[in-house]
This record gives sequence, structure tokens and C-alpha cells, in this order.
Amino acid sequence: MELHSAGEDAIMLYLGEETSPEVAARVQSAATAVAQALGDDLIDLVPSYASLLIIYDPMQTDHLSVGHRVRLALSQMQTGAAGAGHTVVLPVYYSPESGQDLESLASNAGLSIDEVIALHSACEYRVYAIGFAPGFAYLGEVDERIAAPRLATPRQKVPRGAVAIADRQTAVYPAVSPGGWNLIGRCPLRMFDPTAEPTMPVTVGDRVRFEPISRERYLALGGDPV
Amino acid sequence: MSLKVIQPGILSLLQDGGRTGQHRIGLTNGGPLDRRAFDYCNRLLGNAKNCTLLEISFGGLHLQAQEDTFICITGAKLPLHINGKEQPQWQVLPVAAGDEIQLEFAEQGCRAYLGVADGFTIPPSFGSSATVMRENIGGLHGDKLHAGDELPCATVTTRKQLYLPAALQPHYGKEITVRVIPGYQQKHFSRLQQRRFFSHPYTVSDRCDRMGYRLEGPAIACDIEGILSEGICFGAIQIPADGQPIVLLNDRQTIGGYPKIGAALSLDTAHLAQLTPGGRVHFAPISPHGAHNALHLAHSFDQRQALLERRP
Repeated sequence: MELHSAGEDAIMLYLGEETSPEVAARVQSAATAVAQALGDDLIDLVPSYASLLIIYDPMQTDHLSVGHRVRLALSQMQTGAAGAGHTVVLPVYYSPESGQDLESLASNAGLSIDEVIALHSACEYRVYAIGFAPGFAYLGEVDERIAAPRLATPRQKVPRGAVAIADRQTAVYPAVSPGGWNLIGRCPLRMFDPTAEPTMPVTVGDRVRFEPISRERYLALGGDPV
Repeated sequence: MSLKVIQPGILSLLQDGGRTGQHRIGLTNGGPLDRRAFDYCNRLLGNAKNCTLLEISFGGLHLQAQEDTFICITGAKLPLHINGKEQPQWQVLPVAAGDEIQLEFAEQGCRAYLGVADGFTIPPSFGSSATVMRENIGGLHGDKLHAGDELPCATVTTRKQLYLPAALQPHYGKEITVRVIPGYQQKHFSRLQQRRFFSHPYTVSDRCDRMGYRLEGPAIACDIEGILSEGICFGAIQIPADGQPIVLLNDRQTIGGYPKIGAALSLDTAHLAQLTPGGRVHFAPISPHGAHNALHLAHSFDQRQALLERRP
């Protein structure tokens, strides 16, 4: 565990150095413990793969007091089981028509399209972080065989619902945005809806499984036209 | 019950104090780039802290009052006319229904704040009215102002006409010093690279917006290309592969994987955000203790400034 002053109102807490369910579980437990320890002095928390950014109110407290309370809270922390959290199933219409990079990703990997789909939908992913854009959940880790580097030239416009891979991470684009990840399919569900409660179907620590669906089912579930 | 937008200007945004507590779903802060000018605007108007105001980047805004109220304009220096007659900034001014309020383009600085008595009444989204265009959230429709928009506000008939004496009004220069808390990723920057960063001036590039200010100058080398993605605090200074620093501001993304050389003080990013391309920036290191002290001193200094009243 390492604590560092990050800015005038922030402390960075590292809980490990690599992406793993164990480190992620520590981040989750630390987030709960820190929130309890800081109370009203806490402004925001940004959990990520192996770190927790703690943003506090510098008019009410300072980095010394925050650091002290965080250390104390962590020394008494019970790390929850890595298995905590909900499992969410996200339907995906995988096809070259809905995922423009599916064919190139398959050929680069020396696999058939069906094999890529099978590998992507076979395992359960963990929500490691949410950020980049509202509702953008970083999921890990994809099978090494279908890991693919980001595109050299990012797209100006990635459609809403696009399911994509970058290195060993995968994600569903919550809204139209620029992006450099490899697109392999489309999910008909809204990943971020400001009018819904909750606004997102997943939260950090949840598990996600992808379920292949047909074009008809994709449209029936309300997916945007491909 | 509103001010009507006749011409929206280049980038005019409704902003309150900013959105907090929503990073877990990926929402950024928004809020005023120049917090000090924003706070003075509300204070002069006798408003509660963080009332919703307009942040006007570069100027060019033309409004028509639809009722009687009071307005105040702080921040960037720009010619202000009410019904064609020149009026002062940093001063509460009465306006009557039908009055034309015109702001020309900024002559010094580039972010001005226009407030009304009791603030604009904008329903909060995720706890705040702050407009973040990238997220399509806040303001009237998650967007900047457009001609024809109506900015709802209350009718107010009495208000003290306070002003901030000229000697206390900030001067927005073209060359500034930004204090930086050296970062925890320092080990990835050699001492030579750190010295280079703190001893050469940088120039504001034309890629500067509410997300961040990209600067140009001696490239800073880092011994890693990226880090495991992690939360980004306000003012963080990222060093991407080309070595040109980016100071991240109110609309920054909440998570990123570029190494950071440090984080700038908000007191100084307020001045940075008043710079336009070509402005010069010097970086100076400050300890976390020094930063905390500076923040509190600046706060108490502003609180002690007595606002004067102009009798009509």
C-alpha cells in the first residue's frame, strides 16, 4: 500500500501494481473504508484497476489528516471476497456488420470469427473502473488470444453500444464518441441513461458476461440500427 | 421571467460551483474555470455561494432582459453596454424589462462571468447545473447557449449596488506562473527532465479548452509511455508521448493512463484559463503544505475584502 499527495485536494492510494481480482477487491474494500473514515470531508472517490484517488475538501481538512485517517482505516480493513458484486448479462450482436474490426481482429489472431465470438463470450469479466466518459466501464481481462492493440488512428465516431477490445480490456461504448478500440459487436442495452435509476446497469466490482444474440433479437431489444 | 439570448457568443455556458460525487459513474466536475471571478460575481450580487451564472468565453454575448433584475459581470475585461451605454464590470447594475445587455469581445483575459440576482434557476442534473458539453449534461439542454434560449431567473427589485474597487480587481496578464505540487510519478522523470520543466517557459497552444490546456515548449521525456489507468485529480499535468504538458481542468476525463509530472494549484489554473493561445506559462514547484497554506491565505484574503456600495 502506498499513499501520495496528488494535488491540492487529492491523495492517491495504490493497492497493488497489476490487474487482478485480488487487487480489485482490495480497491473496493478500501473505497468503503475510506468513505466511512472521511465522512463529510470526502468529496469524491475514483476507484480504478489498482488505485483509489481520494478527493477531499481542502477547506475543511488537509492531506496530513486525510492521510492519517486513511492509514488507520486501512489497517483495520477486512478485504471482502473477490467474489462479491452482481453478475450482469449483456447481450451482444457480434458480426462484421455490427463490429467493423471483427474480421481483421480474427485474421490477425489466426482465428475464425466464430472462435473470436466464443472466446469473448466464454468468460466472466470484472468491472475494474468507470471513467473516460459517463458510463464507460473498463472490463477485464479478455482471453490473451483475442487481445488486440488500439487502432493506430482512432475513429472520430464510434456508435453507441459498440462492444470493443483494447489490449486485454473490453467495454461497451455508452454513447457516440471518438475511440480507438477494436469494434467486434453491438449491445442493445443502454450503458448510461441519465433518466434511469440506476443510471448504469453495472458498477465497479460487478461481473459481466456477454451473450451472443442474433440480428433480430438485437433489434427486438431496442438496439440502434446497424 | 428570464434573460433572453439574442446572440450566444462563441461559448457561453451556464455553470454553478460544479458537479461532485459523480466520478464513480464517469461524470467530470464542470464548474467555473476561474473560480475567483465566479465567486466574486455571486458575492457582489448578494447571492448564495455557487449560484448558477454564465461563463462567457471570449465574449460576443447579447441578452435582452425580460423583467427587472440586477446583473454583475466579473472576470475577463470586455466592453459592456446596456442599451448602448457603457457600463463598468465588477459592479452590480440594475436592468429593466426590455434592456439590451451587450458584451463585446474580451480585451484582457478570456473568461467572463455574468450573474443575476439570486442566480439563474436551472434544475440540477446529478446534483449540479454545470454544463459539460462533452457529456451533454447540465445547463438548459446539456449544451452551450443558442440564440432564442431563455435563461430563467427571478424578478428582483431591490439589491445593494456593490462593487469591487479597481485596485482589488485581478489583472489578467499574458505571462503567468503556475505553482505545481510535484507528482507522485516523479520517479519516471529524471532530475534533468524535472529541472527542464520548472526552468523553461511554455506557450499555450491552440488546443486549449475546458478539458485541458495543452502547452508547447521543451519536450519532457518520461521513462514509461503509460501507466495502469487511474483517477485524475484537478490540475493534473499529463505528459503524453510527445513530451508536451497538458494541464487538466474542470471538464477533464476522470480516468487516464498518461504519466503525470504534478498537479497545478487551482488559484493559478484560474489565471491559466484566462490565457489565450500564445500566452506564456512558467511552472514553479510548491509542497503540499505550501499549496494548502496558499489556498487558505487566498480564501481569507478575499473574504476580508470589503465590497463598497454605490448609491444611485
